[in-house]
Amino acid sequence: MRLLTHNMLSSNIKGVVNGFPLRIEAEKVAEKTVEMNGEFLKKMFEKVDWKAFVDASRAMGYTELPEDADSSMLDSDEFLNRFHHALLELHLEEGALVCPETGRRFPVSKGIPNMLLHEDETLKVVAVKFTFFLLTHVVSFGWAVLG
Amino acid sequence: MIQNLGRKNENESLNQSPEKMKLKQLEGLLGGLQQFPQPKVELEQYPTGPHIASRMLFTAENSFGDVSDKVVADFGCGCGALGVAAALLSAEHVLSIDIDPESLEIASINAEELELDMDFIHSNVLDLGWRGPIVDTVIMNPPFGTRKIGADLDFLSVALKVASQAVYSLHKTSTRDHVKRTALRDFNASSAEAICELRFDVPKMYKFHKKKEVDIAVDLWRFVPARHQRST
Repeated sequence: MRLLTHNMLSSNIKGVVNGFPLRIEAEKVAEKTVEMNGEFLKKMFEKVDWKAFVDASRAMGYTELPEDADSSMLDSDEFLNRFHHALLELHLEEGALVCPETGRRFPVSKGIPNMLLHEDETLKVVAVKFTFFLLTHVVSFGWAVLG
Repeated sequence: MIQNLGRKNENESLNQSPEKMKLKQLEGLLGGLQQFPQPKVELEQYPTGPHIASRMLFTAENSFGDVSDKVVADFGCGCGALGVAAALLSAEHVLSIDIDPESLEIASINAEELELDMDFIHSNVLDLGWRGPIVDTVIMNPPFGTRKIGADLDFLSVALKVASQAVYSLHKTSTRDHVKRTALRDFNASSAEAICELRFDVPKMYKFHKKKEVDIAVDLWRFVPARHQRST
């Protein structure tokens, strides 16, 4: 998983208000070279959450990105190279993504994060349970009152 | 096997830019991909064959410019054909999502064999949390909803929230009016266009299939999400 993917994911556990950014626990990081695309980087710069991106790159062991950045830096080749490297060439191979609010770990194995939610973590189940509650309790309450 | 609904013949665009990958080349590369060894009926796992996958992504790129240099997400990727096709057509970043770990393993092998850098996530498409309008284009061959009614429209609802530029999807031709109405009325799409009708060959994969092979007529759709609509 590359850091561009990390920057667009958030924890979606039921009840979590701010699930972004997921904290990275890196056990194994790989580097794979890809060709640089300056236009793409400029477009992404507008969309990436910079603070989350810098923190993520540091968790991956890469410390060359500045704490703060503004679009004037895109004129510097050195900056573009670093941005490119951190965004698209670093891969989290083994480790975990951790929900910032609940501490729930989503393991990453062979580069693939497992974001599957347990049954009691999804909103859908809550809705189903609520309907079930209404049907059983309210209806039986009604019966009791009427009876 | 392909019927165009008023759009220009795909072959016309073949000669436009010689450096670009040709449809036949793309179809050929996709023909070498591994498929599901044991498809799971509850997930409606039908492989997206090279014929359909190549035409879908070729159209997205050559008629609309929605693939090259873009961030593309493949919802319910199965063995990865659509995402691989996007990566072959120079998508800058491809993110493929599936609920089934065995499919993801095959999909990542398929990507590796073609030396493509793609990201994969093991998740239910309907449960994943997203931040920001980073994904440009969503491509998908959703479950058609024959086992679980409305499954394809659940996928479409999420896709139209995640994509900022376009969604390409396949839906049964028999549901064309319903798909269009739902996308425009309930999912905030600013346009919903059935681009062409394709034949989905479903070989006899499951025990409940009585015939040796069935053809399902499906439409290739292009949806544009309303909120993020921008000129390109």
